[in-house]
Amino acid sequence: MRIELEKRAGVSRLFTLLSPLLALVLTLLVGAVMFAMLGKNPAHALYAFFVEPLLEVWSLHELAIKAAPLILIGVGLSICYRSNNWNIGAEGQFTIGAITGSILPVLYPDWHSPMLLPLMLVMGAIGGALYAGIPALLKTKFNTNEILVSLMLVYVAQLFLDWLTRGIWRDPGGYNFPQTKPFNDSAVLPEMLASGRAHWGFVFAIVAAIALWFMMRYMLKGFEVTVLGQSARAGRFAGFSSSRMVWFSMLLSGALAGLAGISEASGSIGHLQPSISPGYGFTAIIVAFLGRLNPLGIILSGLVLALTYLGGEAAQLSIGVSDKVTRVFQGLMLFFVLSCDTLIFYRIRVVFTGKAHHKEGAA
Amino acid sequence: MDMLQAILLTVITAATPLVIAASGELVTERSGVLNLGVEGMMIMGAVCAFATAHMTGSPYLGILAGIASGALFSLLFGFLTLTLVTNQVATGLALTILGLGVSGMLGESFVGLPGVKLQPIVFPVLSEIPFIGPLLFRQDLIFYMSVALVFGTGWFLFKSRAGLKIRAIGDSHASAHALGINVIRPCYLAVMLRGTCAGLAGAQLSLVYTPQWVENMSAGRGWIALALVVFASWRPWRVLAGGYLFGAVSIGQLHAQAFGIGVPSQLLSALPYLATIVVLVIISHNRRTTLINTPASLGKSFVPDR
Repeated sequence: MRIELEKRAGVSRLFTLLSPLLALVLTLLVGAVMFAMLGKNPAHALYAFFVEPLLEVWSLHELAIKAAPLILIGVGLSICYRSNNWNIGAEGQFTIGAITGSILPVLYPDWHSPMLLPLMLVMGAIGGALYAGIPALLKTKFNTNEILVSLMLVYVAQLFLDWLTRGIWRDPGGYNFPQTKPFNDSAVLPEMLASGRAHWGFVFAIVAAIALWFMMRYMLKGFEVTVLGQSARAGRFAGFSSSRMVWFSMLLSGALAGLAGISEASGSIGHLQPSISPGYGFTAIIVAFLGRLNPLGIILSGLVLALTYLGGEAAQLSIGVSDKVTRVFQGLMLFFVLSCDTLIFYRIRVVFTGKAHHKEGAA
Repeated sequence: MDMLQAILLTVITAATPLVIAASGELVTERSGVLNLGVEGMMIMGAVCAFATAHMTGSPYLGILAGIASGALFSLLFGFLTLTLVTNQVATGLALTILGLGVSGMLGESFVGLPGVKLQPIVFPVLSEIPFIGPLLFRQDLIFYMSVALVFGTGWFLFKSRAGLKIRAIGDSHASAHALGINVIRPCYLAVMLRGTCAGLAGAQLSLVYTPQWVENMSAGRGWIALALVVFASWRPWRVLAGGYLFGAVSIGQLHAQAFGIGVPSQLLSALPYLATIVVLVIISHNRRTTLINTPASLGKSFVPDR
């Protein structure tokens, strides 16, 4: 018995919509089996993981807080991946964005001004973009693989933040904790609603997603991204430049990751510390794929992945499973999304050996 | 044993997992499959090897468990990328994320427990040779396996019929298919070999390098192994040189930290990653040689016409 793929005549509309749902269902099924193996009641566990966090106002706010960076980074990455540039170092750009955005509130803790916050956000975005500019520069000038460079820079960025918060940026009055002085009030990203903690980062995320959706759908730049991503050669005939696209997509995704970084530091942490992210930059890769690289889809998938973070915390408290379950769920989800996407372009046929034998014989 | 010898010994220990993981990846990439899941398979190998060794008391069973888990994990990757032709970059990332998650979960109850260190195998006469004897002939099994692996992959790729097939497939799926070569099966083998190697490299981490379990203990070594393959321009023997160079950098920074020279420890810790970037730039800046060396179909999926 073996499995063969048969190319569909066209893209299957049905499976375009169905495959993310199918992937979710499969993830839940495997999750249920996993919980059962851990000796927990699967129904109870899945309820605690995926439903309970949605029932309280405060946890909906937490959902928005976690979804904001995921969506911001995810939409940026989707442009990269669409154009066939593999930036997987968003975690590093996030970290650097948080650092450059925090320069003003850390160095001038007593400066209060309505200009402060916008400046911080812009500086964060610039920092993230410049950091993503390194793999872009190396790719365009020296033909260096952007996957490895952007990933290596994640470790470098995290060590840099570690050095800052334990060294020159440490709050002298902070009881020796490795963290900076808390940001003053005018440096803190305000809350969206009076009912809870969710800050304006979520609004930025939605605006960015809609703007990029508009670009991809109605603007020449969006067409350029798609063409160059599918065939660099075809793109060149159309007069598009591959290397300019490397710069565009990397800087854009870096800037969004940087913006996410400073929004997180300013909106939900309020200072800098050695670790500021539970892997948002990597999870955003899953978000981008689950949203099938479509900015609007990414809003939804960002919320789903944010739920896995909350669910992990909730499940740890209420049923006593490790919060590592979150990462497992996230990995499974990406696996299933990728496999289900095959159904969009191919029909899957299971061939029993008798029939396929003559083909084997020819080989 | 003098200072230099001690340092060289640690360099060898640090280089061994890189050499093993990179050799496996090299064969896979020669077959045109790019597997970014090395880090995930390595960490799975590490946790399974540690757990098995801790529970049975036998590091050799640990090695087997590490290898088996890596191979099993890579089979998952193979099924997705080869049978379901999913995007290889994204699938590799999924493998890494899943591996980090599953290993964290499996390993949670093993944190802080004493490990079982793999003992060296001493060659009777050879190990008495001054200086190089203890370096080369009083090592653990995994070190010997790493050397054998480098020569084995060199022989396999360039002297054996199966190796020739794999290289042909890696350079052009379609031409190989047209010649009547079964494209998918050798790729599966290469992917499995890759998983075996990554699992073994992980086992080395948790049985030799630091005989204990720490979450995320692979610390990017899987990625450095990927860079090593580029560094070696897809030639097995150069993996050995590259692996030892990187081993030296990562050990050198540890010694520098111990001596407390006036540089922040974080900068020193960043050195292996920065060195990787520098090396990648140097190796790949010449577009022509890169094009000649890189397997032409690297990272492309293949669906035969039916």
